[in-house]
Amino acid sequence: MAFSLKLNGKDHTVEAEPGTPLLWVLRDELKMTGTKFGCGVAACGACTVHLDGQPARSCQTYIDDVEGVEITTIEAMERDTIGAAVQQAWVELDVVQCGYCQSGQIMSAVGLLSENPKPSVEEIDDYMYGNACRCATYQRIRAGIQRAAEILEA
Amino acid sequence: MTIETTRRGFLTSAAAASAILVVGVRPNGALAAGGDAMLNPFVKIGADGSVTAIVKHFEMGQGPTTGLSTLIAEEIGLRMDQIGFEFAPSDPQRYANLAFGQIQGTGGSTAIANSFQQYRTAGAAAREMLLETAAQAWGVDASELTIEEGIVTGANNAAPLAEFVEAASALEAPTEPRLKDPSEFRLIGNPDVRRLDSPAKVNGTAMFAIDLHLPNEMFTMIARPEQRGALALGFDDSAARQVAGFINAAILPNQAGVAVYAENTWAAMQARDALQVEWDLSAAETRSSDEIQAEIMAALEAEPTYNVNKTDQTATQAALDGAAQVVEQTFYFPLLAHAPMEPLNCVIEANDDGGITLHDGAQMPTGPHMAMAEIFGLPMEKIRINTMLAGGSFGRRATPEADYQVEAALAFVVTDRTRPVKLVWSREDDLRSGYYRPAFGHKVRVGLDDAGQIVGWDHRIAGQSIMKGTAFESFVVRDGVDHSSVEGASDTPYQIPGAFFGLTDTEKATSTLWWRAVGHTHTAYVMEVMMDMAAQAAGRDPVEYRLSYLQGDGGDQARLAGVLRLAAEKAAWGEAPAGHAQGVAVHKSFGSYVAEVVEISGNAEDGVKIEKVTCAVDCGLAINPDVIKAQMEGGIGYGIGHNMRDQITLSGGAVDQYNFPDYEPLRIGDIAAIDVHIVPSAEAPSGAGEPGTPPAAPALANAIAAASNLRVGVLPMDENGVAFV
Ligand code: FES
Ligand code: FES
Repeated sequence: MAFSLKLNGKDHTVEAEPGTPLLWVLRDELKMTGTKFGCGVAACGACTVHLDGQPARSCQTYIDDVEGVEITTIEAMERDTIGAAVQQAWVELDVVQCGYCQSGQIMSAVGLLSENPKPSVEEIDDYMYGNACRCATYQRIRAGIQRAAEILEA
Repeated sequence: MTIETTRRGFLTSAAAASAILVVGVRPNGALAAGGDAMLNPFVKIGADGSVTAIVKHFEMGQGPTTGLSTLIAEEIGLRMDQIGFEFAPSDPQRYANLAFGQIQGTGGSTAIANSFQQYRTAGAAAREMLLETAAQAWGVDASELTIEEGIVTGANNAAPLAEFVEAASALEAPTEPRLKDPSEFRLIGNPDVRRLDSPAKVNGTAMFAIDLHLPNEMFTMIARPEQRGALALGFDDSAARQVAGFINAAILPNQAGVAVYAENTWAAMQARDALQVEWDLSAAETRSSDEIQAEIMAALEAEPTYNVNKTDQTATQAALDGAAQVVEQTFYFPLLAHAPMEPLNCVIEANDDGGITLHDGAQMPTGPHMAMAEIFGLPMEKIRINTMLAGGSFGRRATPEADYQVEAALAFVVTDRTRPVKLVWSREDDLRSGYYRPAFGHKVRVGLDDAGQIVGWDHRIAGQSIMKGTAFESFVVRDGVDHSSVEGASDTPYQIPGAFFGLTDTEKATSTLWWRAVGHTHTAYVMEVMMDMAAQAAGRDPVEYRLSYLQGDGGDQARLAGVLRLAAEKAAWGEAPAGHAQGVAVHKSFGSYVAEVVEISGNAEDGVKIEKVTCAVDCGLAINPDVIKAQMEGGIGYGIGHNMRDQITLSGGAVDQYNFPDYEPLRIGDIAAIDVHIVPSAEAPSGAGEPGTPPAAPALANAIAAASNLRVGVLPMDENGVAFV
């Protein structure tokens, strides 16, 4: 079945079975592999994208439900003011290790900073709770969000 | 499709294709340059002067792509933004891990240690060839010239190294190039050097094997039995056929499962769920983890099979009999899954020349390489491995049987081989795959005299050997003792009088596998909790007590004492604010020395919060200090997270856990702060990927004991009396 998507500011038409998670439409149909598969049950955050600007788990978002919704993925973050600041902070502090969770971490961090430009450590820990990093880069994720807030303030 | 044309993004620099100056070694170790087919290249330089390091280790986040590139860039005289990297092909003769023998692979925290001289030498040879060429061009002596940031300078001349690449490529490689003196280092030891893999990992372009899409690919998932060892006899795919995108299903030739092929991952998942498989359970594992634990605990009460250090057991017993007091504790460590963030996967395709290519985050390429040669009946040179970034591993991507690569090869071999097979595991597959940190038990009795000095140490270990029954048995099993079962205990640097270490192997209920820090994951916990209990019984300070068993100014003891003192100082040991408690642990593993102090608030009953972990590490010369700090941070998190709340349990042979909700990862709020300090050292570099893990959990356990008077002997902590907030 054909679905029309608004993805990273462009219109796309994709063929997919109703009920297919957005994650697999992105990864397998559109070959946009920056969004990652980690658990499939909304427990790790690796698949985080934005739906109308709000972070959402694409493994639990079905293609049927996102027609007309603005979908944004990691691939568009370079063109986003907050996204670019978070990426810059991440590179400055070398947040990544294996890097596999980091698209999702960045999408959540951008969600946080767009709601709350100067989050406290508690607010960061609270908001980022659902984004697991098996390499345990959490220290630097925290520092990276604070650094991005600084970059954006300047 | 060949390796060169796959979408490896930043991993293949333009330089690689047009490289004309290539420096490496021949199989006999002799340095060589040029287009020699036997050459094992470590560095390639293109006509345009672009430099590429050929990295023989895989990248799971531990940093060798940056590390090995740093060594080459340092010796040539480049900035880090003037070097790129690509992964070496699989070739055990030419890209062996020098710590492993004729095996190409990554493990035991050896990536930097075994490459340090090799990669520096290759870079130094390239430098000397370029300088010699420039000296001839300018009519000056090469000794007057240097390369700074890619520019050849000296004798009133300056030119980019690109100008000399072509002529330099005609020279013989120098046999013993001069390595830079540490006083000349600009990159090695520089905390401002950034990771080369960061930019691609923050914008979604980094390519992990799971991200590879080949034309005409088939997505494959395997229906596996709940109980390990069961065999597939047949299946009914009538429901699977209703799934749009389902292609086919086939029993794997070894009957270990049924491969389901589909047009996309989601269809493969759906179709696999719909498949009905008939299993032969006669050889299946049926034990539960309670039975495994009971067997291990019983073994601790019996005479150990092996006297590991062949010491006088009766003397130890006599010392304990005569001791003023005996401190005793029993421990149990459950099975643990590795759960790398990227679920296991790999891609196999047939090549036009009749060969096969495996695309894989390959931790130990030699294993799958040999296995695939056998499965496909092809000579080694017809099998190619394209190493891609790995989304974590912690040991899981290297199994003696090359388990998931073999699974993919078997799923491919039964097809007509016209379509590439992309094998994908779910998180459920990963947690239930049967490769775990083995279960172990320890029972220790420490005798103290009136003054609180140790007079005897009786230490029994029982558990599931990792190496026995594998191809690695002959390397690590000596006189029946699998060293990985006792490492970190029987070879402790503590100067303990009257020590006896006994070992008994228990039956394997699952496949056991090295898991970040291997045997040290349990031995460090036991040694450090026992030292803490001994100090407490002696009425002595835990840091000072440990130092008293680390006397002497050479070797292990001095380096352990060094990190212990540094961690204590940086943590303000003994000065925790009211309501906080501290615990300490210090341990040597993989040639490195790490001390950690954990500071908590609260207590076991009302809830423990980990306020701060202070770490001091001595891993010899620190090549990339910031990468080392990151590895300590990650290693601490890995050790603490699992010991707080994770275990794999079995009921009737089937794994109880299914996904992250019941194998809960460490989360961002679990550790409030980590502070890492590196001991300056000129010693040869040693490991960083694993040594941060072993001391973390015992330091936490010791802090909990200080706050709560509870000694956690059975893990995980949250199921054995400790609440966390
Ligand atoms: S893959 Fe969606 S939350 Fe884990
Ligand atoms: S960086 Fe590896 S899982 Fe987060």
